[in-house]
Amino acid sequence: MNIQSDIEYNPQDQAPGEVAAEFCGVSKCYGQVPALNNVSFRMYPGELVSLLGANGAGKTTAVKLLLGLAAPNQGRIQIFGENPRSTQAKIRVGAMLQVAKVPETLKVREHIQLFSCYYPNPLPQRAVIEAAGLQGLEDRQFGELSGGQRQRVLFALAICGDPDLLFLDEPTVGLDVDSRRTFWQQIRALVQRGRSVLLTTHYLEEADALADRILVLNRGTMIAQGTPAEIKAKTAGKTIRCTTGLSIEEVQAIAGVSSVRPQKDGLEILTSRAEMVVRELLARDASLANVEVVSTGLEEAFLEITRRDSANNPHESKMEVAL
Amino acid sequence: MSSSVQVQVGAWSGGRAMRTTNQTLRIYFNEAKYEFLKLLRLPIYAISTIAFPLMFYVLFGLVLNQRQTVGSISVATYLLASYGAFGVIGASLFGFGVGVATERGQGWLQVKRASPMPPFAYFLAKLIMSSLFSLIVVLLLFTLGAAFGHVRMPLATWAALAGTLVMGALPFGAMGLAIGYFAGPNSAPAVCNVLYLPMAFASGLWVPIEFLPKFMQSIAPFLPPYHFVQLALAQVGAGHSGGQWVHIAALNGFTLLFLVLAAVGYRRDEGKMYG
Repeated sequence: MNIQSDIEYNPQDQAPGEVAAEFCGVSKCYGQVPALNNVSFRMYPGELVSLLGANGAGKTTAVKLLLGLAAPNQGRIQIFGENPRSTQAKIRVGAMLQVAKVPETLKVREHIQLFSCYYPNPLPQRAVIEAAGLQGLEDRQFGELSGGQRQRVLFALAICGDPDLLFLDEPTVGLDVDSRRTFWQQIRALVQRGRSVLLTTHYLEEADALADRILVLNRGTMIAQGTPAEIKAKTAGKTIRCTTGLSIEEVQAIAGVSSVRPQKDGLEILTSRAEMVVRELLARDASLANVEVVSTGLEEAFLEITRRDSANNPHESKMEVAL
Repeated sequence: MSSSVQVQVGAWSGGRAMRTTNQTLRIYFNEAKYEFLKLLRLPIYAISTIAFPLMFYVLFGLVLNQRQTVGSISVATYLLASYGAFGVIGASLFGFGVGVATERGQGWLQVKRASPMPPFAYFLAKLIMSSLFSLIVVLLLFTLGAAFGHVRMPLATWAALAGTLVMGALPFGAMGLAIGYFAGPNSAPAVCNVLYLPMAFASGLWVPIEFLPKFMQSIAPFLPPYHFVQLALAQVGAGHSGGQWVHIAALNGFTLLFLVLAAVGYRRDEGKMYG
């Protein structure tokens, strides 16, 4: 996995084998509103790529383009070397989209049977039911299911054709913690079988736990990509929490500090040189207390990257990060 | 373990098997089957499309106007054609109009379009479903007419009437399709009703057109159901004026118009994404 993402990091390099999805210099506008701006990435078989970004960052647009539901204004998109709108591409793809309503009077079994017949080599129905955790619900009509169960049916429809490439657009919204963990296991199992998965999510924890590679989108521009570890390394690296008599401005002035945020009882300092900053804090503030140094979580890393990007483009409206 | 290795080889071998012709035919069959089941289990659709025409027929054709005639034929026979037309229009208009508007507006159509389903299978399934519901309404009306309305006709006439009525699924399905692409999921039932009921009345589906005020008789030829019901009435020897070809031509024209409108809506809908 790491080998593949390293290759991806140097776009000149040729990857071995087939490319599952190619997204090359893609721009997309809805009327005057730009949704994606010159975004490029590739996906390889057996790779789980997570598309991370706030609401309106362009994640769902990217998924729609990859599914052939929309055409780009610029750039080239290919699925296994084919036009995403072609049947050759579509029979190798499964998708779980955000849907307000699914026909409610069909039974779970019937929904799965119908979608299975679209594909030349579908999975056995029993396997689909099991993978989606729908045992015992086969004869329920969709309208009788709970929110979490409905999500699982949509997942079943996405995997029933045994696709080589799976798109999951915010798949775990509305799932409880247990269901989410079970879901993660299923996704990992698919990737182990050589399938590629593109996962868009609001849950940074989810991307951190599952992804081989993370692409960070901010207002339609790809601002970072790499392994979860690399994304974290791109940012300050460590978080220092402490109670101090120093003001935010004074702390900000210390060399090596990249940002300071006030917390309930003290400050949160992001830095790439934690030891040096702590030494400096101790020297300047005899009353320093409750010092805690932790690795920056992906969530902080993500906030930091998008904040920095927004600060570099102040003419754009300030984005809101949805977590 | 060995199976997962096989799967991986399959994934890497590049280019998987395409669907066979049999598999493609199965898609069309399943799509139609589940479209029918879906609506059969939806009481608001199944009951209103089937029960209303039957109820009206029993009331006006069998209970209130016994032994009356319209021109040379009995009311029970006349209303068999007109409530048959009423039923077919309802099944097609609501099946397509509300169905497409709902599935389009709530994102389900997008899931279908992302799948490898042939797009035409979706529309054909709705047409087959509308035709089946139409046939059910027509056969139930025939049963009532023959059993309680003393309607006696040669077998060929029954068949011609049934065939003419069920063919109505095409023009009114097209009309529903156009509505489905312009109305939202919440407004579609209202739009269908607002068009359906006044149009049916003004075209002489409830009350024979001869009994309507003169000005309504003069606007009727601009309404598609008028031509449809005239065509159905012609099968039982109660045709109005003009040859059948006039009505056939008019219905073809309306169908074309609705399909063009639907295509505009379809393009507009795709344009939101295919811009």
